[in-house]
Amino acid sequence: MTKSRRETVTSPRTSAARRPRYPVTREIDEQTRLGEVYMSSLIRTQLRLALFVCTLLACVIGGLPLLFLLVPSLREVVVLGLPLPWLVLAGLIYPAFVIGAWLYVRAAERNERRFAELVEGD
Amino acid sequence: MSSLVAIVLVVLAAVLIGAFGVRVSRTTSDFYVASRTVTPLWNASAIGGEYLSAASFLGIAGLILTYGADMLWLPVGWTGGYLVLLVLVSAPLRRSGAYTLPDFAEARLESMVVRRVSSVLVVLIGWLYLMPQFQSAGMVFRAITGAPSWAGGLLVAGVVAVNVLSGGMKSITFVQAFQYWLKLTALAVPLVFMLLAWRADGSPGLQPGDPWALPLHGREHPVYATYSLILATFLGTMGLPHVLVRFYTNPDGRAARRTTLVVLSLLGAFYLLPSIYGYLGRVYLPPLDGPDSVVLALPGHLVGGVAGELLTALVTGGAFAAFLSTSSGLAVSVAGVLGQDILRFTDGVRSFRVATVIGVAVPFGLAVIARALPVADVVGLAFAVAASSFCPLLVLGIWWRRLTTSGAVAGLLAGGGLAAVAGLVTIVGGPHGGWAGALLAQPAAWTVPISFSVMVVVSLLTPARVPPNVTRTMVRLHTPETLDVDRGDWRPRSS
Repeated sequence: MTKSRRETVTSPRTSAARRPRYPVTREIDEQTRLGEVYMSSLIRTQLRLALFVCTLLACVIGGLPLLFLLVPSLREVVVLGLPLPWLVLAGLIYPAFVIGAWLYVRAAERNERRFAELVEGD
Repeated sequence: MSSLVAIVLVVLAAVLIGAFGVRVSRTTSDFYVASRTVTPLWNASAIGGEYLSAASFLGIAGLILTYGADMLWLPVGWTGGYLVLLVLVSAPLRRSGAYTLPDFAEARLESMVVRRVSSVLVVLIGWLYLMPQFQSAGMVFRAITGAPSWAGGLLVAGVVAVNVLSGGMKSITFVQAFQYWLKLTALAVPLVFMLLAWRADGSPGLQPGDPWALPLHGREHPVYATYSLILATFLGTMGLPHVLVRFYTNPDGRAARRTTLVVLSLLGAFYLLPSIYGYLGRVYLPPLDGPDSVVLALPGHLVGGVAGELLTALVTGGAFAAFLSTSSGLAVSVAGVLGQDILRFTDGVRSFRVATVIGVAVPFGLAVIARALPVADVVGLAFAVAASSFCPLLVLGIWWRRLTTSGAVAGLLAGGGLAAVAGLVTIVGGPHGGWAGALLAQPAAWTVPISFSVMVVVSLLTPARVPPNVTRTMVRLHTPETLDVDRGDWRPRSS
């Protein structure tokens, strides 16, 4: 173990200890690697949310005709005095759309808020 | 007689409300997007008012009456399309800052070729949508006054042209918002009276074992037709030019999403009604020669006397509101694109005016010479063209960086072109029988996959044609407006 020479400290080494802060918005503006990472994380999060909603929608909407095709007895089931296909397609599906849309809007705005905090905050 | 009074009242109201906008609209930008000063509820009502055309007001009930439960998918798709639009398109599209679909194509792909191809498609979809509106107006007007078929179409075309010319979109926004509530009232109030009459009649149902009420039954190849209809309506909504132009009047992307949510609720409320009309029509009416007239015939049939006549007048007024509102919205979009991209006079406002006249006159001419098919079927073809062209352009453009100029043009031409040809063959010579007829009448199930595949494959084959500023454009499309970032300096050319 070598012993280093003693030195007198005259001032703090500010340049080494504290690099000037570089805001993330500038990383994005200058299209640096880091800015790209931030942007693609936002786009990927929103895309994943959108694809989730679309997949769910495709399963419900695409599944209904398939269900009526494969289980013909379902076409004639009567619920609350109405044929099941009419109850679903002429009634229940509309409030379901609105609820789905409302949940999506909440989730999408939350994603954007998080991104804004990440980029602007520390 | 009272029906004629209703038509006159609706037309007058539309012209008067439109006139209030004249003072405000001065510059070209006012004409195109009402200066983005429209509040969300007005905006959502206006989208609803603009969207609910003759196909929704008259056509759905007619097709349900004719073909039964399979046609319930039509209003479901026309509503659900807004859910797909909401999650995939609404906020980024507003953030793009584009006024029209060709604007978006140019902003994203930085290419005038893509812009021109989009312009042609916008005009094509607009005319395909306008033609059956004018035909329906002729049908209704003839039923009430005995005038020749072209007279009603001419009335609607004339009012639309005057309205668009005098106020641009500012006035249109208020006219449209008013029209949504008028249409909802005009369909809901007679329905309440009819349901009371139906109860008093002992709530008669269908003949036992009537296959009409069962799904997968109405047309030839019902499974294919159902899935193709679902694809066209769910994906076509986002590609309708007159719907997208409304999103630019939202102040930001967040407001665009919230507006879409309100639109979804308004449409859901409206689309509960036509299927009940179809059902009552099946119970009460003898087979009609024109199924599109079921909505007009029912109130007088169930509720007799003066009350029945007044209710018929209300429904007729609502039908004219539907013709006027959708036609106005389409005329604004078609005129905007024609004026900006095809006529290109130096004076923007004059360009818009000449374009309005051309944009309305051509589909009116087509409506007079073409055969009348059920209105919802022809509108369905417009949806199929939109789903096979603008849907892939918007979805891939917003979410996929590697989309290239060549890929976009190839996909637009392949998908939009094939769907348009199928539509024209159906309109001119159809409806054809057998598998070929089913494929041509409901082309979306094969043209949408073709369009997406062509766009993706050609883009992957031409990696050098990725637009140079795609990274900046992606920042612009996806970052919330509250963040202070560089979004590039692209501005739509109409501002």
